[in-house]
Amino acid sequence: MKNEPTIIAFCCHYCAFTAADLAGTMRKQYPTNIRIVRIPCTGKVSENMVLQAFVEGADGVMVAGCEIGSCHFIQGNVRAVKRVAHAKKLLEETGVNPDRLEFYHVAASQGPLFATTSAEFTERIKQLNAGGKASADTTSAETPQETVHDSSRT
Amino acid sequence: MPVLTIDGQTVEVEKGKTLLDAAKELNIEIPTLCHHWAVPEAGACRICVVEIKAGGRPGLVPACSYPAEDGLVIETYSDRVVQSRRMTLALMINRAPRAGVIMELAEQYQLPSIPLKSPPHSTSDGHTPEDTAEPCDTDLCIMCGLCVRVCREVIGPEATCFSGRGIEREIATPYKQLSDVCIGCGACAFVCPTGAIDPAQFSPNPLASIPHEFNAQLGDRRPIHIPYAQAVPLVPVIDTENCIHFQTDGCGACSKICPANAIDYEIKDREQDLNVGAIVLTGGFDAFDAARKSEYGFGRYPNVLTAMQFERILSASGPTEGHLARPSDHKKPNRIAWIQCVGSRDAACGNTYCSSVCCMYATKEAIVAKEHEADVEATIFYIDLRAFGKGFESFYNRAKEEHSVRYVRSQVSSIKETPAGNNLILRYVAEGNSKGLVEEEFDMVVLSVGLEAQATTAEMAAIAGVNCNQFGFAESQPFLQPLSNREGVFLSGAVSGPKDIPETVMQSSAAAAKVGELLAPVRGTEVKVSEYPPERDVTGEEPRIGVFVCHCGINISSVVNVTEVSEYIRSLPNVVYTEHTIFTCSQDTQERMKEVIKEHNLNRVIVASCTPRTHEPLFQETMRQAGLNKCLFEMADIREQCSWVHKDNPVAATAKAKDLVRGSVGKSRLLEPIQFRKVGVTKAALVVGGGISGMTAALALGKQGFKVCLVEKTGELGGNLRTLKTSMEGYDWQEFLKETIEQVKAQPEIDIVLNSEIDEVTGFVGNFTTKLKGESTAEFKHGVILLATGADEYQPQAFEYGQSDRVVTQRELAAERIDDNYDGKTVVMIQCVGSRDKEHPYCSRVCCGTAVKNALDIKTRHPSANVYILYREIRTYEFKELYYRKARELGVKFIHFPDEAYPNVSGNGSGMLVTVRDTVLDRDIDLKADLVVLSAGIIPNTVSNRRLSEMMKAALNEDNFFMEAHVKLRPVDFANEGIFVCGLAHSPKYTEENVTQALAAAGRAAVILSKEALEVGGVVSHVDPDKCATCLTCVRECIYEAPFVNADGKAEIEEAKCQGCGNCAAACPAEAIQLRTFTDRQERALFMSMLREEVPAGVGPE
Repeated sequence: MKNEPTIIAFCCHYCAFTAADLAGTMRKQYPTNIRIVRIPCTGKVSENMVLQAFVEGADGVMVAGCEIGSCHFIQGNVRAVKRVAHAKKLLEETGVNPDRLEFYHVAASQGPLFATTSAEFTERIKQLNAGGKASADTTSAETPQETVHDSSRT
Repeated sequence: MPVLTIDGQTVEVEKGKTLLDAAKELNIEIPTLCHHWAVPEAGACRICVVEIKAGGRPGLVPACSYPAEDGLVIETYSDRVVQSRRMTLALMINRAPRAGVIMELAEQYQLPSIPLKSPPHSTSDGHTPEDTAEPCDTDLCIMCGLCVRVCREVIGPEATCFSGRGIEREIATPYKQLSDVCIGCGACAFVCPTGAIDPAQFSPNPLASIPHEFNAQLGDRRPIHIPYAQAVPLVPVIDTENCIHFQTDGCGACSKICPANAIDYEIKDREQDLNVGAIVLTGGFDAFDAARKSEYGFGRYPNVLTAMQFERILSASGPTEGHLARPSDHKKPNRIAWIQCVGSRDAACGNTYCSSVCCMYATKEAIVAKEHEADVEATIFYIDLRAFGKGFESFYNRAKEEHSVRYVRSQVSSIKETPAGNNLILRYVAEGNSKGLVEEEFDMVVLSVGLEAQATTAEMAAIAGVNCNQFGFAESQPFLQPLSNREGVFLSGAVSGPKDIPETVMQSSAAAAKVGELLAPVRGTEVKVSEYPPERDVTGEEPRIGVFVCHCGINISSVVNVTEVSEYIRSLPNVVYTEHTIFTCSQDTQERMKEVIKEHNLNRVIVASCTPRTHEPLFQETMRQAGLNKCLFEMADIREQCSWVHKDNPVAATAKAKDLVRGSVGKSRLLEPIQFRKVGVTKAALVVGGGISGMTAALALGKQGFKVCLVEKTGELGGNLRTLKTSMEGYDWQEFLKETIEQVKAQPEIDIVLNSEIDEVTGFVGNFTTKLKGESTAEFKHGVILLATGADEYQPQAFEYGQSDRVVTQRELAAERIDDNYDGKTVVMIQCVGSRDKEHPYCSRVCCGTAVKNALDIKTRHPSANVYILYREIRTYEFKELYYRKARELGVKFIHFPDEAYPNVSGNGSGMLVTVRDTVLDRDIDLKADLVVLSAGIIPNTVSNRRLSEMMKAALNEDNFFMEAHVKLRPVDFANEGIFVCGLAHSPKYTEENVTQALAAAGRAAVILSKEALEVGGVVSHVDPDKCATCLTCVRECIYEAPFVNADGKAEIEEAKCQGCGNCAAACPAEAIQLRTFTDRQERALFMSMLREEVPAGVGPE
C-alpha cells in the first residue's frame, strides 16, 4: 500500500475545471494527489471509465461538475450523479469500498471549495488506504476486506 | 558551461549562476534567510553555507553568493555544514528570540535549547517617544540587512540603515527620526525573513489601505492588483492614483522585480478616432449610496451592509471566501434582516421609481445565506414583494415554504445599535393595527439598495446626443426600448432604466437587431479573414511529439523544477523534441514553435504551462500557422493545477508535473486531425404567429434582407394587441399596430400566410423544411424558426363573471367600457384573478400596471368616481411605479387583502357588493360597486404550445410557456440551435417588452442567417455503425436531438445539431459512440499514463 494515494478527478470544463483554475489563481493549497482529467461535461463519464481508472491504479476517483440546474449541457450533471451512484454499487460488488468514488458539485466560482473538496477527499482516501492495510493484516477480517486494485501497479 | 557535483549529483549550469541556483536545479534544498532573488546577494546571514570538498579551496562558503564554478564538489549537509548552521542559529536565537522562522530552523537542526544570555530587548519604559522612529522589532531582527539592501539597491531612497556598534547595532532610520526619504513602498517589510519590520512605525508616508472596489469596499487591495478573479484580461493593473511611482516618481520596484519586463510606466491613455455606423450605449447603473439613508446607520454601524457587500460575503471569491461572517467580530450572524426599497420608491431621496431587481436579489441572498448556514434566520422587510419575472413567483414561494424565509410587510423606521456586541435593533410597525410599533434585534442588516443612473451616463448621453429622463437614465423611444431619440444611437441594459438580467440581455440583442437593420448593406465589408498555409496530412505518420515546458516567469519554475520535467519528458515514447522556455506564450516563442515544428517535422505539440481555458486558442492558432491541424495540440496545466496550489511542496509538485505531462503525451499519441465541414445556410426565417411579436421579428429580419414566411393561424394579423388602446405612458398602440401591419405587408421579403398552421418540421439549424397545413399547404425551406405564438387572457370562473354584466375583465373594460360615464360611480378592481393561485401559480406581470392605467384613465376623466384596487402586491416595477404613485395621489384607493382570503363578489340590487378583508385595518370592508373589474391573468395556449413543443423539440416549462435555454443569459434561445422564442409564448409581458424580445429573437436569428455557411463537426460525437445495435439509447439521451436512425438502420449523429457534450457516448451500451478528442481510448491513455510510471504500450496508436 502506498503512503501517497493517487486520485483521478474528472472535472467538467465549464464548472469544476474552471473552479480548479480559480483555486490556482487564488493560490488555494491542496494535496498533490489530485490528477485532473478535463471532460466537456460530467455526463461524458461512463461507469466503465470510472471503473477503469480504478483498474489502472487510482486509489480514488472524483467526478466534479456543475451545480444542479446550471449544467452547460442542461442535464449532463444529473446523469452523472446517477452514473456515479451506479458505479458505486458496482465497486461494492467487486469488493472496492464505494467511498473511494464521489460526485461533487463545484460551481465555476468556487475555487476555494475545489481546494477544500480535494483536500477532504484525499484525506478520506488516505484513511481508507490505512484501513485497507489494517484489515488485510488481520486474518479474522471483520470489516469487509478490500481487494484493492494494486495488481496493475508496478 | 560549468559542470559541478552537489551531494554526489552532477549538474551543468549557466555561467554566472550561484551554488544555490545549481542546487535548485537538482531539487536540493538549502535554507536561506538574507536571500531574495530580486536583491543583490550579500551572503550576510551564513545560514546557506555549504562545504567545498574539492575542485576549489576547501572550506565553508555561502551558497547564495558563491559562483557555481566548473569542477566544484559540494556537500550541502556535511557534518561541518550542520555544525556551522547550528552555531549560526544559536547566535540568531539570542539575537532574535521571538523569530518563528529561526525557531523552526532550530528545531529542524535539533538545536539543544540554549539558555538566553540576556532577556529579550525592550525599551526601558515600554513605549517609544513620539518623535522617534523604531522601524524594526529588535526581538525579531536577525541583522541580515536584506531590508537595507532592498531599499538601497532595488528601490533607491536608502531610508533605513544599520546604526550603532556591537550589541547596540540595529536597523534604524537616520537619527532615529521619521524617515522623510521613505516612500512607504513596504518593500523592506515584504522581504524581511522574520517579519520584523512595520513601515508604519517609521514612514511618514505609510501605505494607505485602499478599499477593494470589487468587494464593495470590504477588505483592501494593493495599488497593483487584479481587479477580480474573472477579469478579462486576467492581468494586474496599476492604480495610478495610489501608485507611489506615479505620484512621486520614486519606487519603481515592480519594474525592477518583474522577470518578464512587462511594466512600462510610459504607456499613456490614447484618444482614438473610430468610424462607425452605429453606437450602442450600455453604460449600466450605479448602486444607491446607502449612507444617504442615514436612519439605517450604514457607515456608522459595522454590521449594516449593502446587498452588494453581502453578495461579496457570500461569494467564494469574496473577502471572507464565502464564509458567512459579520464585519464587526467575524462571527456568523444568526439573525439577518433585509430592508427593501433603500433608495427606491422613495421621494425623500428623489428616486420615486422601483429598482425592479431588489426583491428577487434579497430573496436569493436569503436562500443562499441559509444554504451556507442552515440555522440562519432570514427576515425580509418589504413594501410590495415584486416577484413579477418569469419563474420568480415560484422562487419566492420556495423561499417562504422550503427555506422558511420570513417576509414582514412593513417599513423599518430606524436602526439603533446595541450598546454591546454591535447588534442592531430595528423599529417597525407590525402588520395589522393591533400589534403596533415593535422593536426586534438582529445580528446583521442588509440594505437592499436600489439602482441609479450611472454617474457617467449624463456625460455619455450628452456626447452621443441622447436625452435622459428626470432620473438621469437614457430615454427610450415609445414602444421601442432599444431606440434612443437619435437615429443610429441605441440603448441596452440598465443605461435606460433599472432592469434584471434577462431584460438586459433581450434589450441588447434587440439593439443588435436594430444595428443589423441599419448596417445590413455594408455587412461583412470590413471583416479581415486570416490566411493559413495548407494543412499537412499526417495520417499514417508515427507520432512525433514536441513538448514545450513553460517557466511562466517564476510562476511555475519557482516551485516545479522545469528543467527536470523537460529532461524527463524527453525519455518518453514518441517525444522527439522538448524545451523549456521562460514564457511559452510570448510572440518570439510562438515564432520559434513554428520553426521547431518544421525543423523536427513534428505532428503533435504539447505545451505544459497554464490552463487551456485561456491559452489553448493561442497555441492552436500557432499550430494552424505551422500547417498542422489544431486538434493535434494538447495542453498540460502545471501552473493552476500544480505550482500555484502546491507551492510548499516543490518535490511532489515536480513529480505531479511529470505525471500531468506524461498523461498528455499518452493522449497526444492518439490525437487525430479533425476537419470542420461547411454546411450552407438557407437565408430565410419561419415566424410562427402574426401578433405584434411575430410581426416585429419578421419585419426586423425582412429589413435585413432575409426572406421570411410569417404564418398566422387566424385570418388576421395583430393578435392580442388589437384589444389594447394606449400604453400606460399614453402612447397609441393602435397607431403603432396599424403602422406595423402596413410595413409587414409592404415588405417584399415577407410572405404572409394566414389561416394556416405548422404541419411538420424537419432538418436542423441552417436547413429546416416546414410543411404548412390549413389554407396553405406549401413547403418552405428556411434556416431559423421564431416562435411568437402568443397567449390568452384568462376567463375568470368566479366573482359573478359571466353572470352579471357589471363584472368584466380589464381587457373588456379597456376595449368596451372605458368611455362610459363614471361620474359619482364606484369601480372596484380585483387583482390576481387567474394568477398566483393553485391553477396558475405564476405572476402575470402586467395586471397591476393595467389596473393602475385603467384606474388613472377613469379617475382623470371622472374625478368624482370612486376607484378601488384590491390587491395582494402591487408590482408596478421600473418607471411604472410613477403611475402607481400618481394613482394614489389622484385618490385611487388601494386595499391590500391577504393571499388566502380573496374578496367576495355578490349581486346587490342593481349594483354589486364586494366584501374584502383589509389587512391594514384588520377587518372586512363592504364596497358597493357599480362595476367590478377583474384583473385576469395571462394563460398559455397549452394545446398549441404542446404540439409545437413536440414538433420542434422546444421545451415547455411547468406552466406550459416555452422554456428558453437559460432564464437569465439566453432569454430568446432554445437549447436546440436555430429556434427562438419571443412574446407572450415565452411568458407574460407588457407589449413594449414583447416588442423588445421580438427584436432580440430577430437579432439572434440574424447571427445564423448572416452566415454563408455554418461550420459543423469539430468536437462532436460519431457512431461506429459496426458496433451500433440501434438500441436508441443515444436518441433518448440527447436533448439536442442530434442522433437519428439512418437509412441503414443504424444510429448516426447529425453533426450540425451536436453540441459535443459526450453524454451519448457515456450512455451507449456498446461503446459505439465516441466524442472526438475525448474518445474512450484517448481519455484512458491520459489517465493510464498519469497513473502508471510509463506511457503504456497497449494504448499506443493503432
